[in-house]
Amino acid sequence: MSSAFLYTLVGLGLFALGLYALIVHAHLLRKILAINVMGSGVFLVLVALAKRTGEVRPDPVPHAMVITGIVVAISATALALILMLKLTAKTGHARLPDDQRESR
Amino acid sequence: METITLLAWAFDSLLGLGLLWLAWQSLASPDLFKAIVLFFAFGLLMALAWVRLEAPDIALAEVAIGAGLTSALLLAVLAKLRATEINDDTTEPLENVEQTFRSFQWFPTVILLLVVAGLSYTVLSLPPYATGLSAEINTNIENSGVRNPATAVLLNFRAYDTLLEMLVLLIALLGVWSLNGAVLQSKTAPGLVLDTLSRLLAPMLILVAAYLLWVGAHASGGAFQAGSILGAAGVLLLLAGWRLRPALTALPLRLMLVAGPAAFIAMAVFTMMIEGQLLEYPKQYAGILILFLEIAATLSIGTTLVALFLGGRPSNNFPSNDFPSKDEEHK
Repeated sequence: MSSAFLYTLVGLGLFALGLYALIVHAHLLRKILAINVMGSGVFLVLVALAKRTGEVRPDPVPHAMVITGIVVAISATALALILMLKLTAKTGHARLPDDQRESR
Repeated sequence: METITLLAWAFDSLLGLGLLWLAWQSLASPDLFKAIVLFFAFGLLMALAWVRLEAPDIALAEVAIGAGLTSALLLAVLAKLRATEINDDTTEPLENVEQTFRSFQWFPTVILLLVVAGLSYTVLSLPPYATGLSAEINTNIENSGVRNPATAVLLNFRAYDTLLEMLVLLIALLGVWSLNGAVLQSKTAPGLVLDTLSRLLAPMLILVAAYLLWVGAHASGGAFQAGSILGAAGVLLLLAGWRLRPALTALPLRLMLVAGPAAFIAMAVFTMMIEGQLLEYPKQYAGILILFLEIAATLSIGTTLVALFLGGRPSNNFPSNDFPSKDEEHK
């Protein structure tokens, strides 16, 4: 297996881990962290697949996309964090209501 | 297929496993502070992975933004969160996280395994060789005005994407400003060590940003990396207790924020008139036009990142507590 496919699988693993954490965690800061891990996984898949050029220099188009993506990710994260702070100021909690826990 | 030596293969596997392990530890950590610190470490390992994938441009952006600024932002928000939350559940009891994360939840797990199986199958059935657009870029890079392929794509071939990306940054900041009103900073004087350190580090960071901006034309670097270093310098000064002069918080700050998008839009209109194509530079001036765009973009990205870190609109009603930012008056 070439290193391109190795890193692609790692990227898929990160995406899956992040998605799992996004689903099971009720705390919003953890959800934002999980989305960031998912994003890193997607970036890794994009760049790893761009390295399938053999000995030649990798394709720079996905590289440029990922650089743009990293900057967009932090601006989205900042907006999400402010939304979370506003929700916390309003309700006093930074977590979504957990149906299971309440019904117990 | 690419022949990789045993050592490189071992390193790549170790790095991959390290990434997965750190991500798992960060997402499963019962303490939010620990989770963010682990996320920072995860970002640093990601930078190593980018270097292994021959993408040093991304490695620079990842270290500065993905790891550094994101973690600083998360930690700052965590501190605010702990102050506003009614019952402090930011440090969840260990068994809660253990229950929600480590215990086997069959429904999400099964769905997730199906998703991963499908994605793995798709990825592994892709052809082992694909050159993408590298051939086109190699033949056209002579005309782009720069020699670094990533910069050529960002500022010339796909400059339209970068134009929209600058707008995304601005819109995110507008969102933050409209959600959060004026931000009051506590007037804490920095300690002697922090003060001296920030005085030494900030000019150095600005110099590094200028270097990255210049070198981006022919090697790794460019507007995004330079902008993020500039943003890091601003965040450092902010944390060290520096404040911006009140006169600079109104119009000059807003001009800095829109400089990048405005330069891109002006360039788009200009090139439409000259060449008849959106962001298609006249060939002999491509280099200098790209440098002009990059300077404006760097200033805007740096300022926007600092403003996002501050998390609110600076207000003129509180001149003594006003918007703190880089390279200005010290109170």
